[in-house]
Amino acid sequence: MFYYLALAAILFSIGMFGVLTRRNTIGILMSLELMFNAANINFVAFNRYIITESMAGQLFAIFIIVVAAAEATVGLAIVLLVYRNWKGIDSDNYSVMKW
Amino acid sequence: MTESADIGIVFWVLSFVILVSAFMVVSLKNIFHCALFLIMCLFSVAGIFVLLDAEFLAAAQVLIYVGAVAILMIFAIMLTSNLASRKIRQVNENVSVGVFVSVLFALASIILIAQTHIWHYKTDFTPVENSIVILGKYLMIQYVLPFEVVSILLLASLIGAIVLARKERS
Repeated sequence: MFYYLALAAILFSIGMFGVLTRRNTIGILMSLELMFNAANINFVAFNRYIITESMAGQLFAIFIIVVAAAEATVGLAIVLLVYRNWKGIDSDNYSVMKW
Repeated sequence: MTESADIGIVFWVLSFVILVSAFMVVSLKNIFHCALFLIMCLFSVAGIFVLLDAEFLAAAQVLIYVGAVAILMIFAIMLTSNLASRKIRQVNENVSVGVFVSVLFALASIILIAQTHIWHYKTDFTPVENSIVILGKYLMIQYVLPFEVVSILLLASLIGAIVLARKERS
């Protein structure tokens, strides 16, 4: 179980690095997906090694997947809107949130 | 750790692929290549789910992440950026701070995980039979309210995406 948790921690750190350093907004969204996956690995590992007879961890992971899909949808719609208004999707293009 | 016997070669291969492709996702210059490496990383996470006896979750991961979210990302990349000839910097000026914070976070969490002894986790368990049946019963009986709430969330995000991305005609 230690190895799964360590893998999830490293994956989360890589995702956090991406969120902190990317300029492209889609790159930030992809790094966010990496962080969601790290959380999912944690949930499933705890579910298997601690509460094997229950399925609560896997249910949480399913809900996380659904929420991540919703987040990606709305985020990409915002990205398209930003691209239409500013002709670029680098995150320092739109420091102004009104027009 | 005494459980290293049941961590096989498959786990090491999968985690190697996950970490390398995740690093490629955050470090490559071409954002389209990043999306392809993201797909590879998500596939390998599905393999980790199979190793952890979560077959339904692995299938859902492949269907939703690889099939929907990553394709959505690729669509957005193609719609927005002129990516093929992009040679500008893809990172902002926070690189050193980001490296510092991420490495610190990874080291701290791994040390904390290694030092924690409170888990009485099982190493001699038998995998649950018919896990999909149990999962469906949970979803329909005990967790039916979160199930409905998450469907409302999906509907809201669908409508929100349509409203946001629609062209305004005035």
